[in-house]
Amino acid sequence: MADIDIRAVRKNYGKTPALHGVDLFFASGEFVVILGPSGCGKSTLLRMIAGLEDITGGEIAIDGRVVNRLEPRERGCAMVFQNYALYPHMSVANNIGYALKVSGVPKAERERRIAETAKIVGLQDYLARRPAALSGGQRQRVAMARAIIREPKVFLFDEPLSNLDAKLRISMRAEIRKLHQRLSATSVFVTHDQVEAMTLADRLVVMNRGYVEQVGRPLEIYHRPASTFVASFIGAPAMNLVRTRVEVESASIRFGGATVAIDPAFAARQRGQDVTFGIRPEHCRLSATAEEGVQARVDFVEELGVGRVAYCEVEGEPFAITLDDHTVVTAGDMLSLLLPSEHLHFFDTDTGRRIEMDAPVPDAAPAAAHHSVQTMGVLS
Amino acid sequence: MEKRAVFKSWWLPVVFALPQLLLILFFFYWPVAAVVNWAFTLEPPFGGPAEFVGLANFQEAFSDPFYWNSVMVSLIFATVGPLFAISIGLVLAIAVDRQLPGSGFFRFLYILPYAIAGPAAGMAFRFILSPERGLAATLNAAWPDIWNPAKYGEHALALVIIIFIWKWSGYTFIFLLAGLQSVPRALGEAAAMDGAGPFRRAIDVQVPLLAPTLFFLLVTMMTEGFVGADTFGIVHAVTEGGPNHGTEVMVYRIVDEAFKGLNYSGASAQSIILIGLIMIFTFIQFRFVEKRVHYK
Repeated sequence: MADIDIRAVRKNYGKTPALHGVDLFFASGEFVVILGPSGCGKSTLLRMIAGLEDITGGEIAIDGRVVNRLEPRERGCAMVFQNYALYPHMSVANNIGYALKVSGVPKAERERRIAETAKIVGLQDYLARRPAALSGGQRQRVAMARAIIREPKVFLFDEPLSNLDAKLRISMRAEIRKLHQRLSATSVFVTHDQVEAMTLADRLVVMNRGYVEQVGRPLEIYHRPASTFVASFIGAPAMNLVRTRVEVESASIRFGGATVAIDPAFAARQRGQDVTFGIRPEHCRLSATAEEGVQARVDFVEELGVGRVAYCEVEGEPFAITLDDHTVVTAGDMLSLLLPSEHLHFFDTDTGRRIEMDAPVPDAAPAAAHHSVQTMGVLS
Repeated sequence: MEKRAVFKSWWLPVVFALPQLLLILFFFYWPVAAVVNWAFTLEPPFGGPAEFVGLANFQEAFSDPFYWNSVMVSLIFATVGPLFAISIGLVLAIAVDRQLPGSGFFRFLYILPYAIAGPAAGMAFRFILSPERGLAATLNAAWPDIWNPAKYGEHALALVIIIFIWKWSGYTFIFLLAGLQSVPRALGEAAAMDGAGPFRRAIDVQVPLLAPTLFFLLVTMMTEGFVGADTFGIVHAVTEGGPNHGTEVMVYRIVDEAFKGLNYSGASAQSIILIGLIMIFTFIQFRFVEKRVHYK
């Protein structure tokens, strides 16, 4: 059990900055997922915690002890690598037990613990094999066992599931989660897969280009993305983001032949500037009548089995909606969409940061204005 | 497989292959045939066609104590030299592979000796390790005769082996560095996470994965030690087989016997024995050492 305190941590590769001052705190026993596209610095951050990468600036403390200058072995972390990094010339048993061998644990005890650990991950029948003779999922288990056997204070996972096929990935995901509950070590899991991130995380850290975009519980991030980046990265298909102009007089925005009323106080603050609004494809609804709502032309349809995604075009902008499996549409259809305003997100067009609508607005009658936005709900 | 080009005439492909065929014929098959012919015949002293003498040339070689001496010298040269050359190349490769500051410069530096011809290196070392000058002179002043390759056969043999090692460490270094760089970086990192320090990582992870490269180097370097142009070149330039046959490796003895002693038949017989010896060694290596090598 150990907390991890990351204070103003920076990383430069030569002159190129990879991390620009990251501040994070992972509580003891927490399962934290760091999510971001490739090149966002998430693996770098993980490897800095592990001690595989030098820290250019700032401090990392594990369990209250600053580890900047400590070797990986002195930090009490175990790591599961993306390509498993199993020792190809050693048997499964020796792979699992290598850490114990290095630390000089007597052979009898070592074998007992290897057997115990192998049982946890269901590898007891494969101990004599070489990694080359194992399937992808089994190799993954060996990599996990190798981390578990050390009874580490901190588990680090570097995209461990990305080499598995889709079905195996889902079952391993569940196993990792169960394992975490059982061992209750602090776990940091790096991935670019948002489903993995949503399902595994107690807390989610979304990173982009060396900055932390948002930290929070998965649903919190899903419902209140802090920036256009987070909004488009979390959720599949991605959130629709549309740049539009705020009409101050009518306190509304126009989109696809429809008008939506917005908080007048917000409209006043924007003073006719552009704003980016977003809505998730799963929150759009089809209008009962053709005249009402946003006019969208279907470009193509993806069948998912449980439903379908219609990729449409509205005023030249791409706009996706998800439909249930009873609603059949084909390419070329014209749809009328209703965009419930409680599901609308607003972002500053220049900075991409979220504009909080629920926050108290100084020069407005809060309750009334607020209420009107809620009830006027649907674009019409 | 699809045939990309089809020659209609029979002579065109032959013409294309001819230069290479002629080279092999004149510089390989013809000499080999001549050697086999000489090994079983003797030239009459006062002219006339060569006489077939059966195994007499071999008997003569085997009954000569200096011949057996040259076999011993070659065995020592071709085992000690390669083992050290490979070990030193391995240490240098592991050091350079850690990519510490300046490793690019050292990589270049370590390969350089391989670019120097053996006899040239031999001449340089003759001066560097000459007993009358420099470091060796100081040592000899303190402990007389502690280093005198001109006087003691063992010292001279050590000298030529040192030159061989100096030159060929750069060669093994290239191969081992290439081998190390194909070992996934994550393996070393996994071992580091498992608590192994740099030395332990090298022994437990890097060296076992280099086994195919090490085996390849063992076979080629031992062959080089037995018959390499450098082996002859170094001995020829530094000691000329002496003192008292102390550095007379088999190749040197063969050349010496053929072109100074003008005994082509004896030299040819010894060449054939040497070829046989190398075949036996290579067989042993493949039979017993290769079993312990895991190709991925």
